[in-house]
Amino acid sequence: MTAPSHPAGGASAPDGAEGRVYNVGGADWDEIVAAVGEPSDDSHGEERIVVNMGPQHPSTHGVLRMILTLDGETVTELRPVIGYLHTGIEKNMEFRTWTQGVTFITRADYLMPFFNETAYCLAVERLLGIEDRIPERANVIRVLMMELNRISSHLTGVGPFGLEVGASTVFIYAVRERERTLDLFELITGLRMNHAYIRPGGVSQDLPSGAIEKLREYVRMMPKQFGEIRALFDHSPVFLARTKNIAYLDLAGCMALGVTGPMLRTAGLPWDLRKSQPYCGYETYEFDVPVRQSCDAYGRYLVRMDEMDQSLRIIEQCLDRLEGPRPANDPVMIEDAKIGWPARLALGPDGLGPAPDHIAHIMGQSMEALIHHFKLVTEGFRVPAGQAYAALESPRGELGCHVVSDGGTRPYRVHLRDPSFNNLQSLPAMAEGGLVADVIPAVASVDPVMGGVDR
Amino acid sequence: MTETNQPQQPPQASQPSQVSQADDPAAPDAAELAGRERLSEPVVRTGMFGAEGTPDTSGYGGLQVRQQPPVFSSRPYGSYFDDIADALGSSLEQSDLSFGDAVERVVVDRGELTFHVRREHLPAVARRLRNDPTLAFELCTGVSGVHYPLEAGRELRAVYHMVSITRNRRLRVEVSAPDHDPHIPSLVDVYPANDWHERETWDFFGIVFDGHPALTRIEMPDDWKGHPQRKDYPLGGIPVEYRGATVPPPDERRGYE
Amino acid sequence: MGVEESLPSGFLLTTVEKVAGYARKSSVWPATFGLACCAIELMATGGARHDLARFGMERASNTPRQADLMIVAGRVSQKMAPVLRQIYDQMSDPKWVISMGVCASSGGMFNNYSIVQGVDHIVPVDIYLPGCPPRPEMLLDSIVKLHDKIQNMKLGADRDQEITDLEQARMRRLPLVASLRDSVPGTTAADAPEGTVTGP
Repeated sequence: MTAPSHPAGGASAPDGAEGRVYNVGGADWDEIVAAVGEPSDDSHGEERIVVNMGPQHPSTHGVLRMILTLDGETVTELRPVIGYLHTGIEKNMEFRTWTQGVTFITRADYLMPFFNETAYCLAVERLLGIEDRIPERANVIRVLMMELNRISSHLTGVGPFGLEVGASTVFIYAVRERERTLDLFELITGLRMNHAYIRPGGVSQDLPSGAIEKLREYVRMMPKQFGEIRALFDHSPVFLARTKNIAYLDLAGCMALGVTGPMLRTAGLPWDLRKSQPYCGYETYEFDVPVRQSCDAYGRYLVRMDEMDQSLRIIEQCLDRLEGPRPANDPVMIEDAKIGWPARLALGPDGLGPAPDHIAHIMGQSMEALIHHFKLVTEGFRVPAGQAYAALESPRGELGCHVVSDGGTRPYRVHLRDPSFNNLQSLPAMAEGGLVADVIPAVASVDPVMGGVDR
Repeated sequence: MTETNQPQQPPQASQPSQVSQADDPAAPDAAELAGRERLSEPVVRTGMFGAEGTPDTSGYGGLQVRQQPPVFSSRPYGSYFDDIADALGSSLEQSDLSFGDAVERVVVDRGELTFHVRREHLPAVARRLRNDPTLAFELCTGVSGVHYPLEAGRELRAVYHMVSITRNRRLRVEVSAPDHDPHIPSLVDVYPANDWHERETWDFFGIVFDGHPALTRIEMPDDWKGHPQRKDYPLGGIPVEYRGATVPPPDERRGYE
Repeated sequence: MGVEESLPSGFLLTTVEKVAGYARKSSVWPATFGLACCAIELMATGGARHDLARFGMERASNTPRQADLMIVAGRVSQKMAPVLRQIYDQMSDPKWVISMGVCASSGGMFNNYSIVQGVDHIVPVDIYLPGCPPRPEMLLDSIVKLHDKIQNMKLGADRDQEITDLEQARMRRLPLVASLRDSVPGTTAADAPEGTVTGP
């Protein structure tokens, strides 16, 4: 509050009182307010309040701490503090083999595990020099899983967005749709999250029987479900009031701050790595890149919803490719015995385990296969020395993986360039000068995942 | 095609590693030169399992693995890399800097172009990369560090990845600094996106970015001692206790190297 | 805590314990401490399919002062540890802790400088829930087990006795690894838990 008009505890000011004294005579409220607003000699002028939001706070998308300096309701300064989820993933990977690194890096940004894995595997494959020997089916499955992951990640962006601005129904709808997506993940990879499915050389196992039918069912059903979310948000006056022209970041700001992903596409620039620097065969798929010009939180929400529709389109094309007649030998892992992960998994009476025919092969038929299996599982493959950087378009922006090898069985250095880490830097630029209540939609429209930010 | 370190003397720019000696039969040929170069590299590992404390009876105890010699790529670099090098060279000449002064080594490896830039010229090079319309690297996706403790004088590296959106190109810029003087000029004036990235690199490697507005720890707690991702910093795990035995933490286990 | 605490041990106390236990377990409000991947599964448990509202627990108390249960969901880093303790201290008795996931229970796969190897280094844990991340059904199972524990918790004089008994049992139990056994004085081989490796 402003400078006290009475000393502490005193009901009336005695002579020689400190601070300003306001004599209220009635019907002069405007004068009082004007007088209070003027800076006096000994007060600070405006009183600033420093508010600490987080790190444990229901609306900060994870353990993000924001220190706001408020002048009334206006945010004059916002400083994000991160590091509360730092896990040392990059250093941990230096002590594991190349394939085991997948299980670590998949947990960095835990809402888009397939993207983490694919970025790492693309970089490792580039170092190995096997980029063009990845089987076709493996690439199609990679695209399929990544697009499914894009849908589940955007749902987890839109759902908590709704929860934070007060629309808990949208949260329930989004979580429900995400459950359907996670069912598919569980069917195909065995796990709901953090799958370690995409490995250097391909994917770990093929689609099980019945997966394509379930995927078709999913693609058929999802547009209506997205429509339900849109019906609640697209024209809702409350949502528009909270997100239209909020968290404005134009193209110059995006370029200066290195922002990529839906935030950049909301600023009007159709930069999408799937189109401009395609990987995994993305150049052969037909899809659009949704772009908006509004540069605000509402535009980012619309871009994410449109991207989910485009992802469904890509998934349909993937299913067409996976469903066609298959050649006799259609692997999902590179055929190179010195690199490709050897185990073929199958569902047995006691759960997922090595396929019986694989065991028969390595135990009974081929000594070489046994040796390869042993060496690959214990020692891992060796990657020639060098460094590579593979970037892909994740739901949050450009996800890059810089891998350095010294010729051994373990990475020398892995660095994940996470888009949330970069995009979160733009938060002060978007939120300062606005109201406190606009900070929440600003954070939600950046859609940061603190696992990726802190790694 | 490998590049992990440099020899003791600073090399000239784009020095080829192979010498053609077609006319002198007594002179060593390319294979022998490569072999000699390899043998002059320091030994990085002995033995295969990293076993210490127990005798290694595998027969691999005498194995000596040497470092890979550095790679120098020479012209022509291929695809658009020559354009970038030419454009950067002509742009630098406008401020009386030659390409060879600023860039001490060019590596073209696995389809990626890397400029090893001398640290004192880094801001000038970065400004050229961003402003020059023939280069137009508007986006710097970040800086990360790598620690090569075995390369004397060039232990700490900062690696910048640049993207040119208008020309759809990628470039890597690598700057090195010695351990005893870990200073690299900051690029926050040129690419403000590097703000947090430089803080992270300081936090994990101890590289001081001169000119950064607020170089403080970002991931580790503010009063943390040490820079965790350096190679001389331990992983810091504890032994895992099972029923009846413990397993040492990951950095102390025997492993295949 | 209340008048029930000062009841003498006996039939009346056991009846009060049953009623209080039933009341407490039926209205647990979690202070969700969602940190990483497990937080997403926690969110999914609150969703429509695995419905946390069946326990009345979908109303997560955003302020720890009104929360009963802290579900530590995710990896706790060294930077986050003081915050965790502060939130725990702000909760009022009775309070319980579920450490959800292997990272919270033991450090998980991240055995390194930056992750606390188990939140039981910081807060006392009632239920350890392994999994990476545990399925929502597993979280519901752990909550059911916690409800069991809450229902059977004793009050007053019985509670003091219960605590003393538990402490005595823990103090007498030997570590699982024989080489560490010498550090526990006043114990015999008979106190070792089943399956302890004996011998050199």
